[in-house]
Amino acid sequence: MQRHLISAADLTRDDAVLILDTAEEMARVADRPIKKLPTLRGRTVVNLFFEDSTRTRISFEAAEKRLSADVINFTAKGSSVSKGESLKDTAQTLEAMGVDAVVIRHGASGAPYRLATSGWIDAAVINAGDGTHQHPTQALLDAFTMRRRLVGRDAGLGQDLNGRRITIVGDVLHSRVARSNVDLLHTLGAEVTLVAPPTLLPVGVETWPCEVAYDLDSTLTKSDAVMMLRVQRERMNAAFFPTEREYSRRYGLDGERMARMPEHAIVMHPGPMVRGMEITAEVADSDRCTVIEQVTNGVSIRMAVLYLLLGGNEPAVTHARTTEEK
Amino acid sequence: MSKILIRGAKVLGGEPQDVLIDGAVVAAVGPDLSAEHAGSAEIVEAAGKVLLPGLVDLHTHLREPGREDSETVLTGTRAAASGGYTAVFAMANTFPVADTAGVVEQVWRLGKEHGYCDVRPVGAVTVGLEGRKLAELGAMHDSAAGVTVFSDDGKCVHDAVIMRRALEYVKAFGGVVAQHAQEPRLTEGAQMNEGVVSAELGLGGWPAVAEESVIARDVLLAEHVGSRVHICHLSTAGSVEIVRWAKSRGIDVTAEVTPHHLLLTDELVRSYNPVYKVNPPLRTERDVMALREALADGTIDIVATDHAPHPHEDKDCEWAAAAMGMVGLETALSVVQETMVDTGLLDWAGVADRMSFKPARIGRAEGHGRPVSAGEPANLTLVDTAYRGSVDPAGFASRSRNTPYEGRELPGRVTHTWLRGTATLVDGKLT
Repeated sequence: MQRHLISAADLTRDDAVLILDTAEEMARVADRPIKKLPTLRGRTVVNLFFEDSTRTRISFEAAEKRLSADVINFTAKGSSVSKGESLKDTAQTLEAMGVDAVVIRHGASGAPYRLATSGWIDAAVINAGDGTHQHPTQALLDAFTMRRRLVGRDAGLGQDLNGRRITIVGDVLHSRVARSNVDLLHTLGAEVTLVAPPTLLPVGVETWPCEVAYDLDSTLTKSDAVMMLRVQRERMNAAFFPTEREYSRRYGLDGERMARMPEHAIVMHPGPMVRGMEITAEVADSDRCTVIEQVTNGVSIRMAVLYLLLGGNEPAVTHARTTEEK
Repeated sequence: MSKILIRGAKVLGGEPQDVLIDGAVVAAVGPDLSAEHAGSAEIVEAAGKVLLPGLVDLHTHLREPGREDSETVLTGTRAAASGGYTAVFAMANTFPVADTAGVVEQVWRLGKEHGYCDVRPVGAVTVGLEGRKLAELGAMHDSAAGVTVFSDDGKCVHDAVIMRRALEYVKAFGGVVAQHAQEPRLTEGAQMNEGVVSAELGLGGWPAVAEESVIARDVLLAEHVGSRVHICHLSTAGSVEIVRWAKSRGIDVTAEVTPHHLLLTDELVRSYNPVYKVNPPLRTERDVMALREALADGTIDIVATDHAPHPHEDKDCEWAAAAMGMVGLETALSVVQETMVDTGLLDWAGVADRMSFKPARIGRAEGHGRPVSAGEPANLTLVDTAYRGSVDPAGFASRSRNTPYEGRELPGRVTHTWLRGTATLVDGKLT
């Protein structure tokens, strides 16, 4: 493992499998009456959120607290520039207070990379989503969810996603989730197909390790998992697509389309969902939709990442002593 | 001592010659002038070095007035002298904008007072660079600054009618419009070249077509109204094709390329280090190769630095928040040697042509870009072409340090610069 987690592309297959396996161990903690481990006692983690994201911040916070870390939340709306203070000064200020790790969400692509590589601070940096670049813990929790559902909770241990067919649908152009997933799923041996109108695919996508299709219906029947991305309604104002209804008709997942998917196939969504746009309520609320599981799994994955980056060589879960923390 | 004897310099890279400067002019050029003048002149030993006409930069940002925290006319012209330049054209995007006779005269006068390098102000094409209303181009031309080059650089004159009128209007006094070719709608939120790297990095794309479509329109406009047009910092292989086509049709178009577009590619943006953030953005390897070839075959007429100083804090931040631009005056000749001379694409006479003769002609900079021969103004640059060293921004004369070449080994070093016979740089040190 590296010192930072900036991009899903930085993970080797073995790194990724180790994180998924560790997350399975962490998940067991959640089944206990007292959901807490002493692993990061005395370590301080700051959640540095320059962009609104309640769900990701809460997920990280839950993970940090279950590992007994001291948690500082720093939520700064808007960019460092509009705030007047630079990212560098903010980060250095926090580090001066003795922070061991920085979990950063930032609207500017590359901000976590800059934080990790510019010599501004020494703390470990975990990317919690940067602009339209990367969101590696999202990709990890998605892979974790797929492995559980498609391979099995115990059968999956030590395994990757070799040969699984994953379809990602929607606004790929503006999506850090899509980028992270393509990188990680490719590393794990899955076959990824991106489906979107051509306007919502980046120029240069042809070099990515995946297939690209403009037609959803023809890919559904050969998918083990279909991941729907959120599509912001405002996009139609910039002529990415004509109307909300046309988008829905061509790229939305409804009950009829879901019925054409293989029986074992799952529907995923990173949230927040725009019901009626990319996904109908019928699909969102069905048993095949893993959106709530993904949230639960997110905490386990983030515990695993924090533990592996900060926890050193101590075993994460000491099976002999299970309820040592109050 | 008013006489200087430069001994054994390879004039424009040719056979060693002695060159005698007397006052402000070149008095004599010959194989051996020592016998006659060694006793009465200061001697500069130049064996092995290349003597060029003083370099002329058609595209410099001196930042004064308004952003003296990044550069002033004094520090910028010292940087120019350090890089071998004897004349620079100062772009109009200052605060206030150089869109009136008053502002251009101020910049011109500061250059004259400091005496490191002739400063030829560029006038804005439109009031406030806003692209709506022509600035008083005639008044700027008639001022003491004698403006001949007009540009909204930093912004594109995107309105086709305004561009057409500007092209026509400046014909009355032999002016030229230098276009910053960037279709604004196609580049909203643009952060880097649009392509494979931007797709991966998730940075907003600046597509080549946003430059090429404007160049295509402007060469056609220039043809239609019979004007000349100059294209700033051409950066794509497609732009080269359009300019080549326009020249083959006899359209009066000239074009410039920056040193950084001859050397660097968008792969560097993977570091998210804003020192590589520039407008137009760094392009691909294929573009770099096309630009070198075009500069060699004359499709691209000149090298211009687009020297764009920025204070440290504007680059020591996340990519999206950083300013666009790089300093270039003090490294331009080295980059050109690396990319064009050492690769065999251009000889030193070619360098003199692309960095002195032609830019002086495009900008009508009288007394600059002249041959090194008796009777000509002594605007000269002496280059130690055998030198190799790594770039150390701490040694820059510029007030800013935003160079993409820090630590990079580059060939060539300007040791002497003379402006009308007066040394501005001696043994690599400013006077």
